[in-house]
Amino acid sequence: MAKAKTNTEDYLRMYRQMMRIRTFEDNANQLYLSAKMPGLTHMYSGEEAVAVGICEALTDDDRITSTHRGHGHCVAKGANFKEMFCELLGKEEGYCRGKGGSMHIADQSHGNLGANAIVGGSMGIATGSALRAKLLGKDDVTVCFFGDGATAQGLLYEVMNMAALWNLPVIYACENNGYSEYTKTEEIAAGSITARAEAFGIEAFKVDGQDVLAVNELTQKLVARCRKGEGPFFIELETYRYHGHHVGDINREYYRSKDEEKDWKENRDPIIRFRSYLVAEGIATEDEIEAMNAEIEKDATEAVAYAEAAKYPDVSEVDMHVYAD
Amino acid sequence: MREITLSQAVNEAIAEEMRRDPTVFLLGEDVAEAGTPFKVLSGLVEEFGTERVIDTPIAEPGFMGIAVGAAMTGSRPIVDLMFGDFIFLIMDQLCNQAAKTHYMSGGKLNVPLVLRTNMGATRRSAAQHSQSLHALVSHIPGLKVAMPSSAYEAKGLMKTAIRDNNPVVIFEDKLMYQDKAPVPEEEYLIPFGEANVKREGSDITLIATSSMVQVAEKAAAILSNEGIEAEVIDPRTIVPLDEATLIKSVKKTSRAIVIDEGHQSYGVTSEIASRLNEKAFYHLDTPVVRMGAMDVPIPFSPALEDITVPTPDRVVEMARKLCSGEMIHAA
Repeated sequence: MAKAKTNTEDYLRMYRQMMRIRTFEDNANQLYLSAKMPGLTHMYSGEEAVAVGICEALTDDDRITSTHRGHGHCVAKGANFKEMFCELLGKEEGYCRGKGGSMHIADQSHGNLGANAIVGGSMGIATGSALRAKLLGKDDVTVCFFGDGATAQGLLYEVMNMAALWNLPVIYACENNGYSEYTKTEEIAAGSITARAEAFGIEAFKVDGQDVLAVNELTQKLVARCRKGEGPFFIELETYRYHGHHVGDINREYYRSKDEEKDWKENRDPIIRFRSYLVAEGIATEDEIEAMNAEIEKDATEAVAYAEAAKYPDVSEVDMHVYAD
Repeated sequence: MREITLSQAVNEAIAEEMRRDPTVFLLGEDVAEAGTPFKVLSGLVEEFGTERVIDTPIAEPGFMGIAVGAAMTGSRPIVDLMFGDFIFLIMDQLCNQAAKTHYMSGGKLNVPLVLRTNMGATRRSAAQHSQSLHALVSHIPGLKVAMPSSAYEAKGLMKTAIRDNNPVVIFEDKLMYQDKAPVPEEEYLIPFGEANVKREGSDITLIATSSMVQVAEKAAAILSNEGIEAEVIDPRTIVPLDEATLIKSVKKTSRAIVIDEGHQSYGVTSEIASRLNEKAFYHLDTPVVRMGAMDVPIPFSPALEDITVPTPDRVVEMARKLCSGEMIHAA
């Protein structure tokens, strides 16, 4: 793990947020498997240290753009379970009043500009948010989350060019989970991913995305530099998705082995690693962590029950919000 | 009243709104010192600086996406898309992102941006610089679409667009940039969804957009000499569409031709014609006729290009047929 810091509260919150993401996803998966959830969903499990390490370095004024695999970013940026499960089930009290669902879930009030179901679709949005900050003299920073698969989209290179030309306060966070949907990243990405950013004169970093402290430490530095006008930056985070491309992608041995999955889960799990660290450093006891886990599980169970019982939007809402007033 | 060109009208509208609201800014290719290839934006960078009149690289999806993000977070960008034909390059950012963000967020995020671009054939620019693609974006819920027919409309619609809280696409006919029209010195806005009855008549309704309004007016003048009084209506915005004014007119005249420079199939003319059929059918004496651009890529040769778009003569010919009772069945 990266170097220890003294802020116990910060560490416990990071653990808690990672555990909340894992718990949210486990419950979402159950909703899918029990056919209670309309449609499909893309699980963030395994990548928790990325979203949490980054979002814990941000304030509510800072913005993020998220992806189709966006539940983790949503939780990490401050969302509640209740409104999230309501959104997943298409209920009126969901963050998007049931109009977005899993792939567009976002708690906009905490600076989440939305999850995007077009791979790479939010790169312009994140860069534009950063341009707005610069034009209006604000010091907020925008983080653009995207996967390794999205590095094949041309939009990334168009907006990185402009972000570099205009010194925009944006951090491009590439979550490299090794797979572009059902295809190995090495089959879709030529050369080095970070070198692509460097070609624009953007400082690029590679970090262990399973180490929440390493991610957080790097992000804090880059956010501070962005606020001083030294952006943009690029981070490639090495991580892994435990589930398939989406919850329905169950038989996936044709593109990756069970041994590989087992190795990441047993030896590189971000939550297990951080938990051991917290105990070893005397920041929390096993009992305290178990109590925290139980509390999170209870919160999730209650939120799921609430969402299941919640109302669907009235049919009159179907043509509401097509246009803003 | 003073007369100014359509180009000056657009420039004035943008300058006035940029003075009024510091969150408004412009971006696009060659918008600053060059003032665009059509010189529509000349002088703006001198007044507002390169911070608010931003030259971008040639990267349409990139700067369109940047505009969406800026709009979602508190700015009011005006995107300059050099040619309407380039709209194909930005379709994801315009139609999947800008158009849907308000809805997908349950009304929590707005995208107040203006995409100004152009349309219009007969400039000898061939198939990739001559298209009129407004029907494409009109198909996407969440976008508003304005089509100014003169300098007066260009100014009033642009000011309304900049203040609107939704993505608005404005198509200016690039052949009309130097056309002059009376434009008041004092401020005015033209509300969206209000058609303008340019000429009253009792025998046939000519519904026309953008430069086709001039075509319809010329046709109406010729028809009037022959004793046929045509009513000419400019919808001004095709989304939202002032259906009521169109239907009211057709109920009065019982005949209609819809004239628009987009391709005829699956286009604006088809949409308006079918609404009239649905809502004024029993008032019609003849089929509603569509006159759009031919369903061919726009050719380069003047000999070919000129026949692809509706002309006053052809509108007159069609109107005569309808009014004489010759056209009992659709052409």
